Amino acid sequence: MTDTQHPADTQHPADKRHPDEEIVIPPEKVDKLYEILKQWAKSTGYNLNPDEQFTRELVEGLLINRRRYGYQACPCRLAAGDKQRDKDIICPCDYRDPDLEEWGACYCALYVSDEVARGEREIQSIPERRPAKPG
Amino acid sequence: MLQSKGSIAGSHNEHQTVFYGLSTCIWCRRTRQFLEDQGVAFDYVYVDLLKGQEREEAVKKIRRWNSAVSFPTVVVDDKQCVIGYKTDKLKEVLGL
Repeated sequence: MTDTQHPADTQHPADKRHPDEEIVIPPEKVDKLYEILKQWAKSTGYNLNPDEQFTRELVEGLLINRRRYGYQACPCRLAAGDKQRDKDIICPCDYRDPDLEEWGACYCALYVSDEVARGEREIQSIPERRPAKPG
Repeated sequence: MLQSKGSIAGSHNEHQTVFYGLSTCIWCRRTRQFLEDQGVAFDYVYVDLLKGQEREEAVKKIRRWNSAVSFPTVVVDDKQCVIGYKTDKLKEVLGL
């Protein structure tokens, strides 16, 4: 991974499991990715959501998707399971910056604007910006 | 273990309410919790836990109401739909 590459933007084929197997993420794995993402966000001028419990649940969702699909698809979107089709929703998704600009948070609210991070604006569930997929 | 679909009993059972969500989605979790806290009876479907034809059918049903197929989507009486974690809208539609 390079300094500018998002920690989620790596494929982890070894993590793939049988689709019927329940995926349980150990808390220490959540802690590890949470810290990595927090540092990475800071170093690239972004803010992770300061609500730690909320953010840890999202990080757990990213790790579940990594096991399921081999990449960290947005936990709040239905992934197709095909990296090419899902590339726009691999965290950080292609819609993060416009959503931060307009709503103060990305779609799942893992990332928030400075205003939200300072507690000057509240986040809410926001509309889907991703173009509807046919079929 | 979270089941892919099921039903929750509740005192507010005047409407046929179906909650479509993703097991990894935090806004879905909040919406489901809200429905449970309000005592709403509803069916739930976690689309990411479905496979094959069952998943395709669920997506088709959601698309009728929500072309983006985003989550959570709550369909009430097959007549109205609330997209996203919108407690005020859910209260209005469900008469809470």
